[in-house]
Amino acid sequence: MNAPTRYNDDSVKGFITWSIIWGTISVLIGILISLQLVWPQLNVAPYLTYGRLRPIHTNAGIFGWGIGSFIGLFFYITQRLTKTTLWSPGLAKITLWLFNIGIASAAVTLAMGINRTKEYAELEWPLAIVVAVVWVLFSINVFMTILKRKEEQMYISLWYIMATLVGVTVLYVVNNLGVPLNFFKSYPIFAGTNDANVQWWYGHNAVAMVLTAPPLAIFYYFLPKVTGNPIYSHRMGIIAFWSLIFMYLWTGAHHLLWTPIPDWIQTLAMAFSIMLIAPSWGAVMNGYLTMNGRWEQIKSNYLVKFLICGITFYGLQTLQGPMQAIRTFSAFIHYTDWVPGHVHMGTLGWVSMVIYPAIYYITTTTNETEIYSEKLVDVHFWLVLIGQLMYSITMWIAGVQQGSMLLASNPDGSLHYSFMETMISIFPYYKLRAVSGFIFLSGLLVFIFNIYKTSEKGKALSTRASQA
Amino acid sequence: MLERNPVIFIILAFVVIMIGTTVTMIAPFKWINSAGDRIAEVKPYTPLQQEGRDIYMREGCNNCHTQTVRTLTADVERYGNGGGYSRSGEFVYDRPHLWGSRRTGPDLARIGLKYPDPKGAWHRKHLENPRSVVPASNMPSYAFLNEPLDTTYSERKMKLLKFPYTQADLDDLKGKSEMDAIIAYMRKLGTDLSVKKAEAAMQPPADQKNPFSDLKNVKAEALSIFAQNCASCHGDKRQGGLGPALKGSSKSDAALFAIISTGVEANGMPGFSGSLDQQKIWKLVTLIKLGKQDD
Repeated sequence: MNAPTRYNDDSVKGFITWSIIWGTISVLIGILISLQLVWPQLNVAPYLTYGRLRPIHTNAGIFGWGIGSFIGLFFYITQRLTKTTLWSPGLAKITLWLFNIGIASAAVTLAMGINRTKEYAELEWPLAIVVAVVWVLFSINVFMTILKRKEEQMYISLWYIMATLVGVTVLYVVNNLGVPLNFFKSYPIFAGTNDANVQWWYGHNAVAMVLTAPPLAIFYYFLPKVTGNPIYSHRMGIIAFWSLIFMYLWTGAHHLLWTPIPDWIQTLAMAFSIMLIAPSWGAVMNGYLTMNGRWEQIKSNYLVKFLICGITFYGLQTLQGPMQAIRTFSAFIHYTDWVPGHVHMGTLGWVSMVIYPAIYYITTTTNETEIYSEKLVDVHFWLVLIGQLMYSITMWIAGVQQGSMLLASNPDGSLHYSFMETMISIFPYYKLRAVSGFIFLSGLLVFIFNIYKTSEKGKALSTRASQA
Repeated sequence: MLERNPVIFIILAFVVIMIGTTVTMIAPFKWINSAGDRIAEVKPYTPLQQEGRDIYMREGCNNCHTQTVRTLTADVERYGNGGGYSRSGEFVYDRPHLWGSRRTGPDLARIGLKYPDPKGAWHRKHLENPRSVVPASNMPSYAFLNEPLDTTYSERKMKLLKFPYTQADLDDLKGKSEMDAIIAYMRKLGTDLSVKKAEAAMQPPADQKNPFSDLKNVKAEALSIFAQNCASCHGDKRQGGLGPALKGSSKSDAALFAIISTGVEANGMPGFSGSLDQQKIWKLVTLIKLGKQDD
């Protein structure tokens, strides 16, 4: 089978560019709200208060940076793995427009306080519909491309991509079911404990279907591409895939341990969370063993260290997560800053560390040029790594500190510390966390500069080629 | 076969995803919020309380405040305010739930029990400027809630949520500010269950006397306990504020002990038996007995 001479990469570039813009906005707002937690005077009423900004930070991060770059990269990967061009470039263009309109309106409406309050499903119903339409249009495009493929076998990455298409659709639609009051407000059809259970079924599986399956698809595609090593075991990848998407859906209630959710749901969630270590580490080991005998590439190839570092953080994340899902440990750290520490190891250490090398790689291939500066790639790598580690470690310490103080009691059974005493004790860590945000941001800016310079170089080359 | 047919693959992936979903998300609808789960005393929100709840959502208060007291001793002690841990039936009117996921501020599930003052003076002062009440607080100021409440949709909300309401409830909205609404919501939280305050338990035994009658030994510590827990309402120099001045009280030691530990509901004074041990309360008693001339 012959590959087409030219793939359609315009929408790939479009989505990647915009995902970087939204990702940068997410980091900037993240830094602002981290400073607000130390200096409340930085809250500018009413639009720039912490309560209104935090959902913008998470939505810009998950939907703008995460989903935006996944859509771009999936358009890229799917075309290559199916050896065929995108089903409909026109539809992809419309999808990008709707995507940007959706995210921009999300930022504006959240700042205005139009907020459903369900985490990662904050957008009110008109915008939730826009998000759903974007997703369905993108899914149709990818699925139709797979249907008309010229390569009979479907590589593991396509499996993860297809599971993502189905999974996200089901989760997002169910958790957004509501009755509109007017154009700007709706009430969910679920109430109280039911609503909480639906929310965390959604919330935790957003982690599965947005922050696990897509980066795994990217990892499985780019690790062999970048290193030239075939993936260690296709069979292990298949077993890990089916057990992963089977087990994840049982675990949502580990966000609700010790709450009025029925105990048996909590226990199932706890058990399945621990079982999830197996498929998660299946992917990790597949990654490591692919490098067998070729580990020197981590030094010689500027992209390999991102991928290996990313899969390592995935491994750590999927050990720490199950640990947090155990009742006793949850009693200690739940509701403390330990959890943001965990989340940012996942989003900055795992997801972003896999997206960066993919973006470097496709920027060079789609522009048919070399990277502008390998040295700057190294600078970027170390800055984002140090920023993320500093974030997570300070928050883990703060979480343990506050968790122990909140539980401490006097001999007569009364509590030893007032709530404010526990807060005052962690303010120093909040300052360090803000510093870590600036370090991460500087790494991100180096990345943007390098990508910009590389594509400029590509443009200059192609102009020269056409003039010659 | 599976690796060759995307249609079959997608259907199979959907089925696999739906197994866990059915067991842990769909099946529980049979039990949660069912008749057995409900609590008769729990009442739906009034129009004013629901408006307050919507403002709570608009401002994203749930990003820092949870609303579930877990079944852990420390949670019940710190946030139960005498009402114990949260029951499923207490949330049947909450659309959406506001349980939250992070406690950058304290849990508010039973905040209505903590500050029973009908005028909500503490809440007003705190929301307008949190640092005037809790000096080290990192909460934003919500003085901007002193705006007239928009009641355009109040009645429609009641109908949509199927909550009972009267004309008097709607009339009650007139002239109210957003601040009034959110305070009405705060005051309702956790108060539906009838709470038997453990008053007797915290009375000092009749024969027990204040072990810290000599202030000299405990003054520094007593001042720090006072600053942490009392100054926000009684003033940093005990000169009074939301609450009365506390200088040279003529009440007996035992009476003061009882007030501090269980509070005075009618005046909006919260009880501190959950957050202060007996030793600390006695030290406060000693400090409060101190007159002006002794400072």
